[in-house]
Amino acid sequence: MIDKKKNKIEVEKILKKFNPERKELIHILHKVQAEEGFISPEAISEISKYLSISEGEVYGVLTFYNAFTLEPKGKHTITICMGTACHVRGAPAVLDEFSRLLDISPGQTTENKNFTLETVNCVGACALGPIVITDGDYHGHATARDAKKILHHLKEEKDKNKDNEKS
Amino acid sequence: MKKADPKKLEELRTRIIDSRDENKTCITICGGTGCHAYGCEKIAQNFKDEIKKQNLEKKIDIRVTGCHGFCERGPIVVMQPDGIFYQRVKNEDIKEIISKTALNKEVIPRLLYKDPQTDEIIEKEKEVAFYKKQKRIIFGRNGFIDPTNIEDYIALDGYKAISQALFEMEPKEIISEVKKSGLRGRGGGGFLTGKKWEICSRQDSPEKYVICNADEGDPGAYMDRSLLEGNPHSIIEGMIMGAYAIGAHEGYIYVRLEYPLAVKNITLALEKAREYGFLGKSILSSDFDFDIHVFKGAGAFVSGEETSLMASIEGRRAFPSQRPPYPAEKGLWGKPTNINNVETWANIPLIIEKGADWYNHIGTETSKGTKIFSLVGKINNTGLVEVPMGMTLREIIYDIGGGIKDGKKFKAVQTGGPSGGCIPADMLDQPIDFDTLTRAGSIMGSGGMIVMDEDTCMVDVARYFLKFTQEESCGKCVPCRIGTRKMVDILTRITEGRGEKEDIKRLKELAETVKNGSLCGLGQTAPNPVLTTLRYFMDEYKAHIEQKSCPALSCKNLIVYYIDPDKCVGCLLCKKNCPVDAISGERKEVHVIDQDLCIKCGACLDVCPSKVSAVSKHTGKEKQKILEEHNKKKTKK
Repeated sequence: MIDKKKNKIEVEKILKKFNPERKELIHILHKVQAEEGFISPEAISEISKYLSISEGEVYGVLTFYNAFTLEPKGKHTITICMGTACHVRGAPAVLDEFSRLLDISPGQTTENKNFTLETVNCVGACALGPIVITDGDYHGHATARDAKKILHHLKEEKDKNKDNEKS
Repeated sequence: MKKADPKKLEELRTRIIDSRDENKTCITICGGTGCHAYGCEKIAQNFKDEIKKQNLEKKIDIRVTGCHGFCERGPIVVMQPDGIFYQRVKNEDIKEIISKTALNKEVIPRLLYKDPQTDEIIEKEKEVAFYKKQKRIIFGRNGFIDPTNIEDYIALDGYKAISQALFEMEPKEIISEVKKSGLRGRGGGGFLTGKKWEICSRQDSPEKYVICNADEGDPGAYMDRSLLEGNPHSIIEGMIMGAYAIGAHEGYIYVRLEYPLAVKNITLALEKAREYGFLGKSILSSDFDFDIHVFKGAGAFVSGEETSLMASIEGRRAFPSQRPPYPAEKGLWGKPTNINNVETWANIPLIIEKGADWYNHIGTETSKGTKIFSLVGKINNTGLVEVPMGMTLREIIYDIGGGIKDGKKFKAVQTGGPSGGCIPADMLDQPIDFDTLTRAGSIMGSGGMIVMDEDTCMVDVARYFLKFTQEESCGKCVPCRIGTRKMVDILTRITEGRGEKEDIKRLKELAETVKNGSLCGLGQTAPNPVLTTLRYFMDEYKAHIEQKSCPALSCKNLIVYYIDPDKCVGCLLCKKNCPVDAISGERKEVHVIDQDLCIKCGACLDVCPSKVSAVSKHTGKEKQKILEEHNKKKTKK
């Protein structure tokens, strides 16, 4: 569960680092997204008050850009590059397989909040295409067959972390 | 440098060069994003650790440099000063490289590049076919510079051009030099850079801005990123001169969100430039003040359009606005603004330092200088290539790019990203410049070159690009917002085998409307991928619509996978790899695909051993036959 009160305090802290000027809006949204993982309704309200613009305006800007999300992401983010080079090398099949295995569409998060599936329009590592990026790690020349392995690996890592926490 | 001035800069340059022993072995490791994806960071760290462990710091230098361009062969390690070129280097190779090559000048043949066409083993970087035909005037210094070390740039005559410009040239002279060079904007439009500067310089306003457009959004194009990451000071230097020429004191670099390393390197470079007196108040003790901010984009393709980009800097949605007035007259916050692309800015120091006459001898009549292309897709040598304008596509794709992957047949090359078009095989001998590409129905754009082979379906490519622009359309203009969606619907229906005869006419009509009724470049050029594929690959559209077949065997709905019973040896490989258990048959028995379960992922085709090659794809009538046979067997059971 998201602690609304805590979220509000955190956002207030972030806002203090910026001048209350309209041109700071995107910088502020970047910072909130990076630190909170998403932009909550509370954050929208705080930002709007701070910059003296309407909540609708803040909402309008943040939903215009792909960088900002209204919901927290899953523990792991799987990003499939859908750039042209990856596309002609078979990225759609890779995306379909991840989508099928996780039972979610691109842009969604699994119900257990473990995985978020995303696409990106080119990461510029075209020599390695198709590319899958999991939590910042690159998997080059990916095929649909790799999807299962990659997911398995992520799950195992998670279990390992859990064990470490226990001990 | 405290209170820097041109004299002190030259003294510093001499000091840096003198302090460096050019004969000392230096292991340079490519640190571009391509090599990062291969894990070059770890390799660089291991090199450093090993050199420290063996106490060799006095004998060997290590430098993580900007992108070398030959991404296909990463991680790349070049041994300087000899230029020995090692490719696909692994952690296990580190000790051997140090003991043999770095200490004893002994070359390790297994790490050298072997030319796939001649089987010749090549020792030096400059002799590799990929680099031989290139003219790397902008990009060439990347491989010698650690982008985090400003002194590397200074040692290679960096910031010489600004001391020349600020003290020996009037703003007017700079503009006339840039005009004379014939440099045209590298971001897509191809407008004369000098002319743009001149218009902006004539505006009477105490407040003006310069902007570097680094919102490189075209999928498959990453040359701007490599320049920002690999040689950020060349862009800063270019911007200082532009600002001086037009009379601006503040600048912005708008970087695409997906380029974290570029943001990091350019931010650091700006700090260093300030520290050394190249930015800030009284640059090099002149009376000129100028500083630059970095603006991190937020993931909207349309913000690469200049008016949208400025709206974004102002903290608003990246909506384009009506031109004229052009940014040169009314730009950021309503003030005169000069906006150029990364590669354009990187050209400026060269033009000022070496002169317009040197520069305008490179290239063609109407397109001067070089252009960096990102050569990607179904090509053997994926990478960034810099060639003089006017080189033919054939030279770029075959001589530099090493031809098509897996010996397949070339079908088309897509230039200019989602605003560009597909150029067919019979135009391979066209010299490439701004005008020939426009005549072919495409554009130069920012320089993406995506090579497609016989397995690429051109209708699907058109659908891909339209889907891209439709998703990225900001929605301001109705023809773009709704027109692109309708076009995607039609193209999707065609690739799924539900195309109608009238669809081609509808596509052409919609293309016209979207082109004419959109405010910005995104909408005006969005139909190009459709129009060019209709122009050059009509037969593929017809096959999809009339025969419900995909000649490239690529559209999922129009193909089936089939195991040839005469060829199958019953090895179980496909069965084991099928993610949906659609394949039946025991060991040494013929395997059969259940067409009702098959999701057409292609795993069976991938794993079937090449000497058996029992799995194949079929479309059109053959597909029908296979399905009928399958259904017959099912009803029998």
